[in-house]
Amino acid sequence: MEKLLQVKDLKVSFHSYAGEVQSVRGVSFDVGVGEAVAIVGESGCGKSVTAKTIMGLIQTPPGEIKAGSEILFEGTNILAMTEKEWAQYRGASCSIVFQDALAALNPTLTVGRQIAEKVMLHTKVSKADAYKEAERLLTLVGIPNPAKRVKQYPHEFSGGMRQRVMIAIALACQPKLLIADEPTTALDVTIQADIIDLLKDLQQQLNMAVILITHDLGIVADVAKKIVVMYSGKVVEKGSNTDIFYRSKHPYTQALLRAVPRLDADENQELESIEGTPPNLIAPPVGCPFSTRCKECMNICQTQEPPEYEFEDGHICRCWLYHEFAQGNKEA
Amino acid sequence: MKKFITKRFLQMMLVWVLVSIISFSVIFFAPGDPLYMYMTPEATGRKLTEEELQAMRESLGLDGTAVEQYTSWATKMVQGNWGISLTTKEPVLNEILKKLPATIGLMGASLILSLIVAIPLGLIAGTHKNSWIDNIISAITYVGVSMPAFWLGIMLIIVFSMQLGWLPSSGMRTIGVVSNWDVIKHGILPAIVLSLNNMAVFVRYIRSNTITQMEEEYVQTALSKGIGKRGIMYGHVLKNCMLPVITTVGSRFGTLVTGSFIVESVFAWPGLGTLGMSSINNRDYPMVMGITMFSCTILLLGNFLADLLYGIADPRIKIGKE
Amino acid sequence: MAKLLTPLDKAAIRAEDFAKAVKDENKVEASFERTVFQQLVSSFRQNKLAILCLIVLLTIILSSIFAFLSPYDPDEMDVMNKMAGPSAEHWFGTDELGRDSFTRALYGGRVSLSVGFSAMVVSVIIGTLIGSVSGYVGGKVDAVLMRVVDIFQSVPSLLMIIVFFSFVPSNMVTLIIMLALFSWTGVARIVRAQTLTLKERDFVVAAKVLGVSHAKIIMRHIVPNMATQIIVAASLSVAGAILDESALSFLGYGVALPKSSWGSMLQNAQQYILYDPLLALIPGAFILLTVLCLNILGDVLQHALDPRLHK
Repeated sequence: MEKLLQVKDLKVSFHSYAGEVQSVRGVSFDVGVGEAVAIVGESGCGKSVTAKTIMGLIQTPPGEIKAGSEILFEGTNILAMTEKEWAQYRGASCSIVFQDALAALNPTLTVGRQIAEKVMLHTKVSKADAYKEAERLLTLVGIPNPAKRVKQYPHEFSGGMRQRVMIAIALACQPKLLIADEPTTALDVTIQADIIDLLKDLQQQLNMAVILITHDLGIVADVAKKIVVMYSGKVVEKGSNTDIFYRSKHPYTQALLRAVPRLDADENQELESIEGTPPNLIAPPVGCPFSTRCKECMNICQTQEPPEYEFEDGHICRCWLYHEFAQGNKEA
Repeated sequence: MKKFITKRFLQMMLVWVLVSIISFSVIFFAPGDPLYMYMTPEATGRKLTEEELQAMRESLGLDGTAVEQYTSWATKMVQGNWGISLTTKEPVLNEILKKLPATIGLMGASLILSLIVAIPLGLIAGTHKNSWIDNIISAITYVGVSMPAFWLGIMLIIVFSMQLGWLPSSGMRTIGVVSNWDVIKHGILPAIVLSLNNMAVFVRYIRSNTITQMEEEYVQTALSKGIGKRGIMYGHVLKNCMLPVITTVGSRFGTLVTGSFIVESVFAWPGLGTLGMSSINNRDYPMVMGITMFSCTILLLGNFLADLLYGIADPRIKIGKE
Repeated sequence: MAKLLTPLDKAAIRAEDFAKAVKDENKVEASFERTVFQQLVSSFRQNKLAILCLIVLLTIILSSIFAFLSPYDPDEMDVMNKMAGPSAEHWFGTDELGRDSFTRALYGGRVSLSVGFSAMVVSVIIGTLIGSVSGYVGGKVDAVLMRVVDIFQSVPSLLMIIVFFSFVPSNMVTLIIMLALFSWTGVARIVRAQTLTLKERDFVVAAKVLGVSHAKIIMRHIVPNMATQIIVAASLSVAGAILDESALSFLGYGVALPKSSWGSMLQNAQQYILYDPLLALIPGAFILLTVLCLNILGDVLQHALDPRLHK
């Protein structure tokens, strides 16, 4: 598959009064053309920061993208782009859908204007045509009566409808990559499924690459072909959805999976939660970041950073358990 | 929308009634008969007889219980009969309306001046948070809110009228000169003094508003559409920033009213404030009541108009009509 | 089976390190939360302007208190030396009766500062009482009290005070009461908002369950927990009261002569600005400096308390 986006050793920090918060500490993954990838992890694991960095939305300062980080979009390092190039890239090549559509939409502008302004910015069309395009996009995301809806304000829409509007804005100008940053977290469960289905349909219909960012492994199963599991600013495991769901290697991924409710599970089986809290990113632990909560934790996990192991093609896991010395006590 | 206006209007009327009761009772319960000064020879040239005093009490609505006095006074107020000034023997309302243009002119000029200065300063400070220019603007606003207006007036008179001789120090017109430019020249210093405090308040408000608006997520959405910093500022942030400023302007009418009393005293500006101060000094009881109520009305009307304007300007409020 | 992708330093890895780790359950992670007091101290330390303001303010307050150390009597006239310019004997010159301007400004500060601080104390007491009851009781009581606050905020306060004083002779006590009467509303609003959040907190709910009386809950559990917010409101309130007092005195409705505050010194000086502008400069500069310092300190305090600004 042709690669659309390559994130290479991305490191992002934020400077705060208490010190440097190392939000993203060396993240690498690829997204192919038209491919759907999910980034999964708890809140604060750096997944949203990664998404915002790809969109160029990190403010510097207080943010800092460390030297050596690279994000290649169609072969160009977007981190080295000028402000003008960024403006062309944002929206036209890549767009984002935020978690809370109510906050992400401008409350005092009509929905039509918020879509049309993007269309007019990137394509040379008249205002009337831009509003026509806005109506078409609203229809595309499943909003009935678009001619009336374009004249309305965000507060006149329901939560699910607002998120559809966000998606319509993101789809305008046919970007090659759509980032959905927790698009369903603020919604009711039934509406969540609708939005996920919509994203999946659009991805296939428009052959658009999608990065779905979520803390909920349950919703990514049938959307994403590839899953990246993040913990404490690092990728701990990545692979195809079958790799992650059926042959997961990292104790953190396994723990996450045990926390997802399953229809096929025995009704008496309890859902497990992961004890403890993620480490503080101002002073991250020396070894494996998960070692403080890991049930399999070994002495070396607390002193040395684990290496990457590749299992099947593209299934990569960072864990000391797969070192030859650990084979013995794994069985034990 | 209609519902919103009605609600606001009723609220305003309620406050107005309560204010009238308060201002009425301040004078009613104040020790000392307001007619006291008319009993002394200094005021009238002779001592008034008991009958004359009684007649005067009746004409001023000063007989009967507090409630009776209030209702009779309030009814007359509503009918436009605000009584006769004790010093000029003219109807109070006429006197007030005669002085009104000077005060409204001063207030209007000062409000416009403060907004013209405050909007760009507030936006610049807000978009350049913690930069040197923001620090300079903040320093100016700190001085602005801390400055005693009358002292600033005196200092400006010393510098611009006495030392440099550029601008007149008091009054509204030079005797014998009839020109608008002459009035403007007289008005510059009073308008500046009256504006300073409001200007500082507006700058701080607009600054903090800009900062919060810039941190809103819709700004990130706009950025992600590929809109540049300028486009975001003018297309998105500006409107959301300026909307609540309308309400703030409304809430500053009180400062404008009391400020005009002080500024008019310093510059001998022949407006409501000067009239008010002299009537207070002369114990011109109907005039004091009239001016108090008139000032409150200006203030309440200002608040009401600001709310109204906000209701029209902000789409989120229109939902009230449905 | 698994392919190693990261080059490893074989020498640094020993088999015994792969023993299962024994975890110390009692290990507590370093906390980055700071107490409000620590935040205050550190934001004062970082903010040189705040330190400067504190020093200036304390100097003004202390020199007003110790004004009697001045070699001059504030009321002692010296007609041979009237309206003198600054000199080694008279730092800021003398006034129209030959009294030492500097000494008079210090004594004036006593009046202005004590009126300002007393008015603040009264308005903080009224505001805290009404605000906490309004927020704690809620419902109709809250609605009525907040309406009262609205009304007080929508009258031109200075005008009302002047009207009042045109009938009642003003002295320190009435002046303080009147100033407080029109300035408690700001404190009340802040206290009410804080009470609304605090009353939902666990320790208040717990106290209620234990049967602690409402009055005790307000006094012991709610009010002490917003001490810092009240301090902020208080410092801004002092600033406002000093300004209002000076304006009143300037218009002739402040403290009665022979006592004089900065405001009444200015009223007096206005007659002589043609001859001696310095006379007007000094008391005004004292007012400006004091109010400026109080406003800046109030703001610094507020910023220290606002967690959003620490992000």
